[in-house]
Amino acid sequence: MGRYLVRRLLQLVPVFIGTTLMIYLLVWKVPGDPFAGKCGDRGCPENYRAMMTEKFQLDQPWFVQYATYMKNLLQGDFGTTWSGREVGDIIATAYPNTLKLAAMALVIEAVIGLTAGVLTGLRRNGFLDNLVLVSTLFLIALPVFVVGFVLQWFFGVKWGIVTPTVSNEMRLTELILPGFVLGSASMAYIARVSRTSIAENRRADYVRTAIAKGLPMRRVVGIHLLRNSLIPVVTLLGTDLGALMGGAIITEGIFGINGVGRTVLRAIVTKESATVVSIVVVLVLVYLLMNLVVDLLYAALDPRIRYE
Amino acid sequence: MRVSKRASGAIAMGAAFALIASGCSSGNDDEGGTSANSSDGAIVVDGTEPENPLVPANTTETGGGKIIDWLWTGLVEYPNNGGAPQNALAESIETSDSKVYKIKIKQNTKFHDGTVVKAKNFVDAWNWGAYSPNGAQNASFFADIDGFADVNTSDPDGDGPKKAPEPKAKEMSGLKVVDDWNFEVTLAAPTAVFPTKLGYSTFMPLPDAFFSQGAEAFGKKPIGNGPVSFVSWENNVAIKLTRFDDYNLRDKMKIKDVNVKIYQDDTAAYNDLVSNNLDFQQQVPVSSLAGDNWKNDLGDRAISSTTPSTGIIAFPIYDKRFQNPKLRKAISLSVNRQEITDKIFFGNRKPADSWANPLTPGAKPGNCTACQFKPDEAKQLLAEAGGFTGQLKMYYNADASHKDWMEAVAGQVKNTLGIDAVAVGVPTFAVFRQNINAHKMDGAYRAGWQQDYPDVENWINPLYVTGGSSNDGLYSNPEVDALAKQASSAPSLEASHELFAKAVEKIDQDVPTMPIYFGGQQSGHSVKIKKMELSNVGELDITSVEL
Repeated sequence: MGRYLVRRLLQLVPVFIGTTLMIYLLVWKVPGDPFAGKCGDRGCPENYRAMMTEKFQLDQPWFVQYATYMKNLLQGDFGTTWSGREVGDIIATAYPNTLKLAAMALVIEAVIGLTAGVLTGLRRNGFLDNLVLVSTLFLIALPVFVVGFVLQWFFGVKWGIVTPTVSNEMRLTELILPGFVLGSASMAYIARVSRTSIAENRRADYVRTAIAKGLPMRRVVGIHLLRNSLIPVVTLLGTDLGALMGGAIITEGIFGINGVGRTVLRAIVTKESATVVSIVVVLVLVYLLMNLVVDLLYAALDPRIRYE
Repeated sequence: MRVSKRASGAIAMGAAFALIASGCSSGNDDEGGTSANSSDGAIVVDGTEPENPLVPANTTETGGGKIIDWLWTGLVEYPNNGGAPQNALAESIETSDSKVYKIKIKQNTKFHDGTVVKAKNFVDAWNWGAYSPNGAQNASFFADIDGFADVNTSDPDGDGPKKAPEPKAKEMSGLKVVDDWNFEVTLAAPTAVFPTKLGYSTFMPLPDAFFSQGAEAFGKKPIGNGPVSFVSWENNVAIKLTRFDDYNLRDKMKIKDVNVKIYQDDTAAYNDLVSNNLDFQQQVPVSSLAGDNWKNDLGDRAISSTTPSTGIIAFPIYDKRFQNPKLRKAISLSVNRQEITDKIFFGNRKPADSWANPLTPGAKPGNCTACQFKPDEAKQLLAEAGGFTGQLKMYYNADASHKDWMEAVAGQVKNTLGIDAVAVGVPTFAVFRQNINAHKMDGAYRAGWQQDYPDVENWINPLYVTGGSSNDGLYSNPEVDALAKQASSAPSLEASHELFAKAVEKIDQDVPTMPIYFGGQQSGHSVKIKKMELSNVGELDITSVEL
């Protein structure tokens, strides 16, 4: 177990270097001089462009820029934005917001998705099963911005139950609606995966044995059936946290949340490589660590899985 | 000029008319609208993240520009009704020859840090802005002042590899501090419009703290001298401002706090506005304009205003195919501007019929004969010009909402003249601008202009004079240059306006660009605001707000 963990952590190093390099190159390749479009239709004066180009080393070849960036990164300096703000500060404010939103989405999708999955998996082809089937189909088919705008319009503007956008304090109650919107598609998948998984395992030998042994149904489902059926769901949930954090651009925009998504979007448009790379680096780390956690969870859920 | 980044490149917003919100018809006090409550009140207005540290001479976009306009009061200010500028911080601005200006400022007004505003705060600020190694975006505004060339140098061959030489001097010889309250400005040539320019944010005074902290540190916590002082700036979230109680230049604020909430998406802001969670939105989203939806949503909270801005399509005159004025005029005459403003903009913008926006003092309405729709004359002119071979491309930046109207213009040119005109989207404003700056356009392209200061001069010198700061199409007519030069150095504004009118007549024959529409702004406020006005460029006048 310990050796496995160390090996996995060491694997992070090349992945980390590879992704930063790739992202850096991609941003560098985006056409356009970042300081050409900054002054509107008047155009920026030559002196301003010259000063900024020199300050951010934009006249250097990409590998020099990349090396400087990595050197600073290893010393804990994420660089600055074109407007002179510390990228580290931006990450420190944007990440907790996105994390809160993603966690809320994860909780909502896990609770609703799993409940629906277990209930329908146990009683297949009933009314509830059909209802969940149709409604999940609906959620999967609708793009997230449609769900977002429609729910925001009804709950926020028309009925006034919640404020249409999330305030700067990011209160938990305000996050329920955006969390639901962000998690809606994944919720549908989780309901479907857990339904299939439960339905399959329902007929497994060990479940029949448990029932034959005279165990109460609650225990059969709660301990034996659910635990074994959770593996695909945990995989889905684990990778989903990363996907939710990276994929929150639209939800964050609709609900006015100052998160990673819209920060990175703006940085891409303005070619602010330090911001893009730094945010993506943290995102990559989240992905990698979540994958590791998921793999370790397998062992906890299924005693047959062992890591050397 | 400042450009809104949200509609990146969409010419920004402005309005010249004082508006009184109509929501105040019921005058009963039990709504909590008494002055005692109102004076502690706070409002939330929409905004975008400033792109640079908040330094007046280095801000060209609306996100930061709006904050700077609120934090500072200059020597003169522009009245909300768009009229001639009035003295604000200046006690008097005197000149006998339009070349040497004696400026006297009001005594004992204060910066937000408690220091007194003195003459040297202006002189030091202007010298900083003009000094080229400081790289201020608005440095060219100081070019009128004698000695500018000694402090502002540029790369001799335009774009690399050589660097701009070190300037000879650090201070402009034309600026002289007389005593604490007086200073003298000598211009390189007589310029009647100079006092008008002094209300633009580039000319604001800077406190001593600016020079001890440095621009970048200062720009994160700016210290101005206006009706509100800076409280905090949380990146991408909010900028908080509060009433400056020692302010005595104009009306004091009738409310206490102004919070600028930064939105990434104007639809999110709009939803907040409709449900009264946001107190003011300067421009409602394009999506709400269709079918006048915004008026239904907002009712008497909707504010429609006109702005001193014009949407233009410019020709690259450095391209051989566009050098015949007859061809340019033919293309311009083939565009039905009325139809475009009616069908694409739902009447929210007006068809352009003059070279300078008619809201600008000194501009004459209806002086663009090339702006009329005359298909027959257009065809004839095209034939005289020998036709047009190849594809007529009309470029726009696709990251803002320009596609619809640019395609409509291209369609009209194609239908009327029978040439192969197409609208071409360039993915980002940065690439679009880069090509324009490098003079690499091989077709007509969208441009826009919003006045920096209210005078017709601002619509001619930068755009149509040889070497003008925004004459990107490299239009050059010696007659226009001569008339504009004469007009700029005329002894009085009236004489100057007369001469500019003559220059415009020449421009009208050459058609270096095609003015298409005059800007309009659609704003909204919450039920909480009982009274408010818009500034001459359409920003909220925060001192007018009553709750």
